[in-house]
Amino acid sequence: MYSKVHSIGIIGVEGVPILVEADVSDGLPGFSMVGYLSSQVKEAQDRVRTALKNSGFRIPAKKITINLSPADIRKEGTAFDLPIAIAILSASGMIQSAGLSDCVFSGELGLDGTVNPVPGALSIVIAAKREGKTICYLPRENRREGVFTDGIQVIGLHTLKDLTDHLNGGKKLYQLPDDPVELNTEKDIYDVDFSDVGGQPFLRRATEVAVAGMHNIMYIGPAGTGKTMFAKRIPTIMPSLSFGEIMEISKIYSVCGLLSGETPIMNFRPFRSPHHTISPQAFAGGGRIPRPGEITLASGGVLFLDELSEFQKSTIEILRQPLEEGEITISRSHGAYLFPAKFLLAAAMNPCPCGFYPDRTKCRCSESQVNKYLGRISKPILDRIDICAESSPVSYKELRQGKKGESSASIRNRIERARVMQMERFRGTSILFNSFMKKPDLEKYCSLFETEELYLKQIYDSMSLSARGYEKILKIARTIADLEGSENISKSHLAEAAGLRSREGKFWGGIYG
Amino acid sequence: MDNLEEREYLYWLSHIPFLGAVKIKKLYDYMGSYKKIYNIERKELESCGFLKESEILFFEERKSYLDSVRRQLEQLEKKGIRFIAHFDPDYPKRLLSIYGYPMGLFVNGQFPGEEKPAAAIIGARNCTNYGRQMAQNLARELSAAGISIISGLAYGIDGAGHEGALEAGQETYGVLGCGINVCYPKENYGLFRQMIKCGGIITEFMPDEAPKPQNFPMRNRIISGLSDAILVIEAREKSGSLITANLGLEQGKEIFALPGRVTDPLSTGCNRLISEGAGVLISPETVLEYFKLQNGKILRVHEKNKNGLAKKEKMVYSCLDLQPKNLEEIVSCSGLSVSECMSVLLELELKGSIIQTSHQYYGKKQ
Repeated sequence: MYSKVHSIGIIGVEGVPILVEADVSDGLPGFSMVGYLSSQVKEAQDRVRTALKNSGFRIPAKKITINLSPADIRKEGTAFDLPIAIAILSASGMIQSAGLSDCVFSGELGLDGTVNPVPGALSIVIAAKREGKTICYLPRENRREGVFTDGIQVIGLHTLKDLTDHLNGGKKLYQLPDDPVELNTEKDIYDVDFSDVGGQPFLRRATEVAVAGMHNIMYIGPAGTGKTMFAKRIPTIMPSLSFGEIMEISKIYSVCGLLSGETPIMNFRPFRSPHHTISPQAFAGGGRIPRPGEITLASGGVLFLDELSEFQKSTIEILRQPLEEGEITISRSHGAYLFPAKFLLAAAMNPCPCGFYPDRTKCRCSESQVNKYLGRISKPILDRIDICAESSPVSYKELRQGKKGESSASIRNRIERARVMQMERFRGTSILFNSFMKKPDLEKYCSLFETEELYLKQIYDSMSLSARGYEKILKIARTIADLEGSENISKSHLAEAAGLRSREGKFWGGIYG
Repeated sequence: MDNLEEREYLYWLSHIPFLGAVKIKKLYDYMGSYKKIYNIERKELESCGFLKESEILFFEERKSYLDSVRRQLEQLEKKGIRFIAHFDPDYPKRLLSIYGYPMGLFVNGQFPGEEKPAAAIIGARNCTNYGRQMAQNLARELSAAGISIISGLAYGIDGAGHEGALEAGQETYGVLGCGINVCYPKENYGLFRQMIKCGGIITEFMPDEAPKPQNFPMRNRIISGLSDAILVIEAREKSGSLITANLGLEQGKEIFALPGRVTDPLSTGCNRLISEGAGVLISPETVLEYFKLQNGKILRVHEKNKNGLAKKEKMVYSCLDLQPKNLEEIVSCSGLSVSECMSVLLELELKGSIIQTSHQYYGKKQ
């Protein structure tokens, strides 16, 4: 007899429908599996056979053929154990087949018939809903990841026996009571806050502008001047996550197996800070079957690269495509994988090997050493970083005055207002934030009055800016105006933008004149 | 004696690596002409007693290169580079009085005028903004008053000195520690080009010679030799500038040093010079008085005209110093908001009252 069961496979971070077909017919007893399977899926055979036996089923001494279709997609992982077992039971008439077509199964089987957790449960549920299924059977540990998807019932399983009893007799499966998972992001879920940082008004301002317009930011300065401290607090002032964003981020973390029963969902913005020895593969995503890398895990949040100049050059250069397009494509012989990578890049570095440049009373690096040090960051990467903030050593007075800074919540209010202005301005376009504007958009959205135009020309001439520098100033000025709630860009906005824009020309060690 | 031919022989002789200025002079004094040195008998070389066996062999072998050396010299002349020997009338008279003066000099442009007073402005490569601005300022004022500015075309103080003189539209002279056709550091190529037209580039090293570290103390003796006074702007405890100052002392030149803060490592060398009796360089007048020159137009240092600045601009300006400060410091010191402070700074920068020395570091401009 023949039967089919629906399941979901994971490609990249998205779920794709996989049909598990089983045929049990007369012939030499045997068990064969086809459908472009990886070795993990092939091993399912032994797990399923033993799990069925230990759950009290006798596998008929017949020829069993399993096919996972579509047969041109590589099947990975252990999540097909459960659907295979169900398909065999159904084909040999040991469970009722009615209603199976509305269900999706996913789970790994233990030899004793327990159902073990699998990665990517959220993507599975979302894909199942998209396919129009009504019930999704998942391992018990994964159930809570799926409960936020409306319009589909998610049932958690403990053992295979529970499931077969349920399918046969409609016996109600015992479900853990849903403790309400906090979707609410208003509550302060971060353990750091901007009020911890006293003083340093300039770094604060630079960070605020960067977040408001999603401008990538670079902190330059000696060690111990608060670069890391500021970067860590960036997520706390980013606008609250929307439901869609939570789902996007959670999907990635679900696929990586980073969600657990306690945190079944990512309701806060990620902050990833990979060490500078990270390999390009771990950074971008890699492996034979590509898994998301750090840049994907930072999606929706902040990717913080401390000691940027110490990273391998090839690692940093990877950022070019994601910074431009918000995603990364990883190609393998069996297909291309697309991972999201929409993050705010925050980088920190020293200005020279000793860290004290341009304080010449302390810094003894030669001019060429400074050039070489800064030269490790290539121009294309530098071009994608709009804002650069120099940090300076904190005085004892500032350290000890104990005055609390403005809290993250109040900064976030201003930023959300600026975000709303941007959303209205760019409605109907593909642009989300000011930093995404290209040259033609600048003309459209950053028009200047005559006096401002003249002022900008003066700045352009006296600072001998490049075309890039000019664009950066306009973009940053637009964000500053948005923060103030002003429709028009004024002279003071331009002046501040000119000071915030990233280093270039003679200030970047003079190497990219 | 035919000067042209003699020069060719001298040029040939200078190519021999183990013959320095002093040895060549000895040979010349012994033989009386370079042609005779070229045609010297082996026995005679052995008998004069300051060349080793292997060196004599090398000397003999090099004789076959005379023709190619002649062609090189012609090539150089086509590029406007002159090779001037000590017996030429153009050779700077000041140099003839120092020990171990170079027998031949390459020059692209001119030598400093004999009748004009000359001052060397020297100092650290990794200088502070204070040093850089003082050097530029001094060079500008002094050269406007008719003093030739001589320096070493290096990073930092040297470059600033040349720039100052060029700003005043006056000639300035750079002495290199490498071949005449090598620009080191390459960042100063702009200066290099300008100085060929307005002033001159001078060196004793053969064309294509790389800027080896040991060359620099040697070129320092020429810098000090060409000048009447030596102004040390910034120098660390152990610094090449102090070598120049010492050479200058031996040559009987007047030394001036710019005072700095006692705690400032870049002023240690200068302060030491002052404690040892060097002239204290308080303003350009100090040097002008020494040269008995008058120039009424010179502004006192620190007397930048502050009129015409708005109130906020004054507030910010008064927070600044010659030592550049980070934006963070300026913001906290002025008490203005970040955005206000930044617009005022830009305004001041556009007006030319302040200078952004490095990214987000601002200092007063002189």
